[in-house]
Amino acid sequence: MNPAALANCLTSASCVITQTTSGLIIGMLLFLVAAGLTLIFGVLKVVNFTHGSFYMLGAYFAYTVYVATGSYVLAVLAAAFGVGLFALIFERFFMSKVYGSNVLMQLLVCYAFILILDDAVKIIWGPEFKSMGMPDAFQRPPLFVAGGIVPVFYLFLIVITLIISAVLWLTITRTRFGTIVRAAAVNPHMVSALGINTRLVYSLVFALGGLLAGLAGSLAVPVRSLTAGMGFSILIESFIVTVIGGMGSIAGALIGSILIGLVRAFGSIGFPLFVEGLMFMLMAVILILKPSGLLGKEG
Amino acid sequence: MARKRVDLDRRTVLKGAAAGAAATVFAPTIVTAQAKAIRVGMPTILSGRVAQLGTTSRAGAQFEIDKINGAGGLAGRRIELVVRDSRGQPQEAARVARELVNSDGCEIILDAEASSGSFAVQEVAKDLGVLCIHTNSETSSLSADPKIRIPNAFRTARQGIHDSIAGGSYAAKIAQAKGLDRWATCSPDYAYGRDSNALFMEYLKHFYPKAELTTEAWPKLFQPDYTEVITNVLQAKPQALYSCLWGGDLTSWIDQGNIYAMFAQMEVFAINMADYTALTVVKNLPPGIHSGNRYIKTFPGTPQNAAWADAYRERFKEYPTNWSWENATAVHFLDAAAKKANSADGKQLADAMRGLKIDSPFGADGTITMRAEDQTIVGYAIGWGTTIGKEPYVPTVTAGDWKVIAELEADWKKRNKYT
Repeated sequence: MNPAALANCLTSASCVITQTTSGLIIGMLLFLVAAGLTLIFGVLKVVNFTHGSFYMLGAYFAYTVYVATGSYVLAVLAAAFGVGLFALIFERFFMSKVYGSNVLMQLLVCYAFILILDDAVKIIWGPEFKSMGMPDAFQRPPLFVAGGIVPVFYLFLIVITLIISAVLWLTITRTRFGTIVRAAAVNPHMVSALGINTRLVYSLVFALGGLLAGLAGSLAVPVRSLTAGMGFSILIESFIVTVIGGMGSIAGALIGSILIGLVRAFGSIGFPLFVEGLMFMLMAVILILKPSGLLGKEG
Repeated sequence: MARKRVDLDRRTVLKGAAAGAAATVFAPTIVTAQAKAIRVGMPTILSGRVAQLGTTSRAGAQFEIDKINGAGGLAGRRIELVVRDSRGQPQEAARVARELVNSDGCEIILDAEASSGSFAVQEVAKDLGVLCIHTNSETSSLSADPKIRIPNAFRTARQGIHDSIAGGSYAAKIAQAKGLDRWATCSPDYAYGRDSNALFMEYLKHFYPKAELTTEAWPKLFQPDYTEVITNVLQAKPQALYSCLWGGDLTSWIDQGNIYAMFAQMEVFAINMADYTALTVVKNLPPGIHSGNRYIKTFPGTPQNAAWADAYRERFKEYPTNWSWENATAVHFLDAAAKKANSADGKQLADAMRGLKIDSPFGADGTITMRAEDQTIVGYAIGWGTTIGKEPYVPTVTAGDWKVIAELEADWKKRNKYT
């Protein structure tokens, strides 16, 4: 425990800048995964435990395309749409069979796929960890802002995830598709009675969730090593985020992600041995004060 | 047509079956007429995040076993290696080890587990009295603590205390020369990380008392993102940093540290860097990271060591790891002990192995000794050097002084009441 170091940090501009960007970057990558998770839960009412594996697949797809073509842009696109397509197939052939059934059955299907995908990754890419390395465009010294350090790549990540969040928000609130999705979340039977193909809506929402997770994987891969099973820890943090923000709320996921990021960033200075504990404490406090999460609907 | 063929086939099958039955009846006598093969069991980790530990342990042992078999076997008996996966769980390691002896008839155990599993296998060896060689566990107490040590168990792995003394003395020289007084650490938050950190700092201060620990960062094991621990360390502006992160965690940390230009802002001592598992994976390896040797082709800089690495690479299509040489060394000791005792009997091998000195490509002076008092190896190549971004990765390695290591190790044992 070192609260004095934390107090010191909070009074110095350089420390606040460095830790805030580091918190934002942890939070924004987490948001991409958590947004898909919460979107799928909100509309389909299933908890997709394979979501972490989608993130892993995104990372491996991006790695493979980057190694083959040398283009990071292509790698990101391939990961996003590749995983989106995979999620579409997964939803159609497997998840759709367990809609409305016991949550344990859904859990079983998802857990089976976590194991299958981890093993598939080991068979295809090998059991050793891999590292993609930083694309040339981002191999430049960090920026120094008022003494704080901001890496160029992280600045890019924050901007790109903000753009994605904005697009996602506009899609959900301002488009016909978004209106249908929101309606399907509230009353799928009515939506279906109005002649809208809800099965298609479900598939598309699931694919969109997968696309976001794949995107997160591809954006993280320059700085995180790849291993089978890498989706697991991000899955747990995503759950904390969705619980804090309120299951089903995308804006809640954004707030939750940034909160978790900032808690990690500043917590590691004040309480280096208790960072994980702080995250769960934050979750507990929010659940006590507001059991449905920050922006979750009551009941 | 098809029916006809079935008819014919049935007769052939019947004849074949009769012949087969006769063969199985007579087979045991044929086998026992020659010397029975000696089975060597290896519990190890072949799945999950550290599967590389198992695959390269197996490769290292098999590589040497094939040579011995080619030269007539262990005291005339062919060696058969039986490898089982414990999935990294201690209770499973114990179960597998017991089964290897009781059901598979293994007479020797090469325990290629990580430390947590090794202590469980040690219990089994104590119970069954089987000859056991620990090939990967670096935890010092496994052989140093007389309450844990048993007469039929040996270790052919490097040992934590040796690495800490060698590392501390090397780092102290650099610190002295460059005036590195303010230190930070960043190590994984579990038993190994804490031990390694504490011992390194202890011996750094022993050799360079001005060194002061100002910041500690403790990422958890297998943490995907190190951003907050990196920025935490950067804030403290230390002059030097020690880390015992390893494997994928180490490479993530380097990739993430790189974009903060962390390696330009302080001297970094990463004890587990100089192993091909990490060196060949990191794409933008920063120059000038200080690291202990795990396994590296260029140290010891002898033709024997280089030739061994090349032959291994040709067969397995990758460079050896730290685990490869440690398991190869276990087989070297078995071979030498069998020659000395002229027997492959576990008890006689154990007696022959105590205090045995063998020629080895991995020895600091071309030899490695199985120290009699605690049945663990000494005199293996141990040293530190700095990295460059391409082969040979660590061009020059400063060798650790085994005399100093032995003195301080004896003192450490006394303080822990091991002697």
